[in-house]
Amino acid sequence: MKSVLNQKLLRELLAIKGQVMAITLVMAAGIAIFVIMFGVLDSLKLTRDTYYDRYQFADVFASLKRAPEAVNDRINEISGVSVSQTRVVFDVTLQMETLLEPITGKIISLPDKSSALLNKLYLRKGRMLFPNEENAVLANESFVKAHQLSLGDSLTIIINGFRRTVHIVGVVLSPEYVYSIAPGALMPDSQHFGVFWMSHHSLEAAVNMKGAFNDVSIKLERKVKPDDVLIQVDSILKPYGGLISFTKEDQISNFFVSNELKQLQSLGSLAPIIFLSVSAFLLNIVMSRQIATQREQIGMLKAIGYSNSEVSFHYLKMVLVITTLGAMIGLSLGAWMGKGMIQMYTQFFHFPILNYNFSIKVMVLSVFLCVFSAVLGTLFAVNKAAKLPPAEAMRPESPAVFKKSLLERIGIYQYLSFTSRIVLRQIERRPIKALMSSIGVAFALGILIFSFFMEDSMDYLMYVQYSMTQREDVDISFARSIPSKSLEEIKVIPGVLMVEPIRRVPVYFKHGHLKKRGSITGLIADPKLKRVIDKDLHAVTISSHGIVLNKTLANILKLKVGDIVEVEVLEEKRQTLNIPVSAITQEFIGLGAFMNIYKLNTILDSAPKITGASLLIDPYYSAQFYKKLKAIPAIISVNITSVMRKLFEDIMADNILKMVATNIMFACFISFGIIYNTARITISERSRELASLRVLGLTRAEVAYILFGELTLITLFSLPIGILLGYGMSVGMVQSMNSELYRLPVYLKNSTYGYSVLIILLSAMISFYVVWRQVDSIDLVSAQKGVE
Amino acid sequence: MLGPSGSGKSTFLNIIGGLDQPTSGEIFFKGKNLADFTNHELTYYRREHIGFVFQSYNLVPSLTALENVALVTEISPNPIDPFEALKIVGLEDRANHFPSQMSGGEQQRVAIARALAKRPEVLLCDEPTGALDSETGIIVLEALLKVNKEFGTTTVIITHNAAIAELAHRVIHFADGMIQQIHINKTQKTPQEIDW
Repeated sequence: MKSVLNQKLLRELLAIKGQVMAITLVMAAGIAIFVIMFGVLDSLKLTRDTYYDRYQFADVFASLKRAPEAVNDRINEISGVSVSQTRVVFDVTLQMETLLEPITGKIISLPDKSSALLNKLYLRKGRMLFPNEENAVLANESFVKAHQLSLGDSLTIIINGFRRTVHIVGVVLSPEYVYSIAPGALMPDSQHFGVFWMSHHSLEAAVNMKGAFNDVSIKLERKVKPDDVLIQVDSILKPYGGLISFTKEDQISNFFVSNELKQLQSLGSLAPIIFLSVSAFLLNIVMSRQIATQREQIGMLKAIGYSNSEVSFHYLKMVLVITTLGAMIGLSLGAWMGKGMIQMYTQFFHFPILNYNFSIKVMVLSVFLCVFSAVLGTLFAVNKAAKLPPAEAMRPESPAVFKKSLLERIGIYQYLSFTSRIVLRQIERRPIKALMSSIGVAFALGILIFSFFMEDSMDYLMYVQYSMTQREDVDISFARSIPSKSLEEIKVIPGVLMVEPIRRVPVYFKHGHLKKRGSITGLIADPKLKRVIDKDLHAVTISSHGIVLNKTLANILKLKVGDIVEVEVLEEKRQTLNIPVSAITQEFIGLGAFMNIYKLNTILDSAPKITGASLLIDPYYSAQFYKKLKAIPAIISVNITSVMRKLFEDIMADNILKMVATNIMFACFISFGIIYNTARITISERSRELASLRVLGLTRAEVAYILFGELTLITLFSLPIGILLGYGMSVGMVQSMNSELYRLPVYLKNSTYGYSVLIILLSAMISFYVVWRQVDSIDLVSAQKGVE
Repeated sequence: MLGPSGSGKSTFLNIIGGLDQPTSGEIFFKGKNLADFTNHELTYYRREHIGFVFQSYNLVPSLTALENVALVTEISPNPIDPFEALKIVGLEDRANHFPSQMSGGEQQRVAIARALAKRPEVLLCDEPTGALDSETGIIVLEALLKVNKEFGTTTVIITHNAAIAELAHRVIHFADGMIQQIHINKTQKTPQEIDW
């Protein structure tokens, strides 16, 4: 109906297409990041839940030394237990000719009489095992891929000290190994860790477990709380060397998956929420100022008989066109990049299928937020103009009240040129507007800093972890604790320069009603290799008095220095000990608890034992060293620092940095968008004044000085605010990302601030250049004639 | 309406045009008191009864002459065709020009066409020739007189220029916010005859 108004709308949008593009970009950036992150998160959650459900991921797990099959009937009788399935699980080592270092793994039995009821396998390639099949295994997909194995290839596995040669008949995925990680490792390393499934009959013969089991998985009936079941399972298994049973929340793969998801949720929701709010805020400012330039036309439309609502609707349509454009670009960009992002997760999370799902809920929410804020800004400005009596609105704004600026009043007057005075007075006259523009630019700077922060923080974490804490070359663990004197045998392996003993004891920490499963690491008093450091990066001496906890564990248990922690030992004599907390340290990774190894051996009332060792080796001898190491059957895990570090760096480069780069790209869009818009609006608000000055004989350079002087001051003022905002967002991010697995340090390099400020200044310069060309085109004659 | 700057002419015009509300007093249009009108009623009063011509034309720069007129005809209950309105002011061949492509006099005539296109009962003009030279001023005034004669539209013109008053049937002199004198012209001059 209002075809002429629509015509006006279209032409005006075309006239400000540069600004429309900038606004669209800001909004698209906010929406895209939002859609990417939440889409990825939703997809991962949905995939995980469906996988667990279809493949019967168990609810409760327990392992033990050895129990006869009949014990399983008693577990099945516990009220609340739906299915309980026993199996045999052993740690194994493998020798692959392609690798110098030994490989560790797990071998798990599969029932022969029926198919597995719990933790079912997904067959990717080949076939399942035949009943009682000898010398055949199923292998997990990531290991097969990492070693480029194919069906029918044979492997030499050392099970319980005996070599077995088996061949691969099928490639599988298991809900228990979505995140396939070696015991004690922090990152999945498919090259050095494999999982294999073997016929129960065949495996029990190999490990001498006929008619017995050492591992049980339990599915609970719906809506049953696991607590009572856990207690009963523990009491049934205790006589058979049962370790404390645990729920799927503590199952290692699921624990990592949940943690990753939780962190993705923080990273993935905080960043997009910040981006989206910043773009929403900018849309609000930009739209309201855009509308403000239309004040005279609003007055005219009202004078000739248009109602307030008709005028408002007209301008709302303008916003809706811009926001629709932004939403479309943002959503398609988000969907496209989300697909790429989900690919990245297939490296870590081994799901049968992982598809990117574009959630309608996420879509609607992100678009709604942007549109809502733009509409709010528009309505605010339209109402302000529409509230004026039309006669007043049509007049050019009466000359504003100016006064001498602060600088002039305090007497620097004579040093200021009159153009500088115009700049300063302009800012002082409308401080709120200048402040809003500054805040806009500051937000742009803030999200830049925040985007760079992840990389800085990771770098620092790596430095602390690998240069201050884990200074050993190799960390080995044994299948079970062995006498300390075995250390002497390791010392004489060629290439070993230094050896430090480690004893890890699985325990249950308790303090009041708080409890936490974990382990105590026994170290020598002043370790040179595996060190414990405090927050000032000084090494902590592990005195023979008390226990050293890291802050995260201490916080979980609400412990402070001097408190007594109750420790239930989960092996050998299973004592319950009360140990005073002697120090609390700041570690970024894991839930560390450390004691002096001699003291630990004493209070456990055992002969001096170790479960592992930290080694420093001479790289020149590494071939001989690893060859010798492979021959020690007791070793079940070998963590090579350089390999871990490389792995970590690869993950960083491939994934986190990709995410960071995406954020930085969008942050650049936003910062350019806001600065460009501020400049454009300033020129349209003041074109008449600037033209008058040109008519009076000012050069283009002088006019530009007035225009850019104001914008430059606004930009400079925004820098410190932006730095504070960026720091604040980073702290917020760290706090929301804290997990038991790791904490990010709040660490920002000076160069981060430098680059971010540089990007802002560059955006400003490009915007100025574009606007500068506009100054040229100011129509001197018509600007003098009148309002139009 | 004649009077020096600040004498209250524009305020008066704005109030009778429903652009502004008086702080006290009453204005009657067809027996209704404008002072009691709500914003919404004022909007409809302007839409249906009043045409405005402003000193500074106030055309929408992004619309052509024809479209600027259509801006009004689209919301009026009984408009004349926008093209016909342009014909009345003699601008039919400028219909598709944008304001920036027209002279001041032409822009003002578009504004008059816009005002008369709704067939207003009252046409209010605030210094319609204020920004124009005498030659274009004459053309604009002729257009206004034509509308007055052909449509019988009551036309109120504010001016500084006492000579223009000689065109009017009735001249109201303002000073210090008060009406000083009302003077009736027995015979009216034509725009050609007046002495700028």
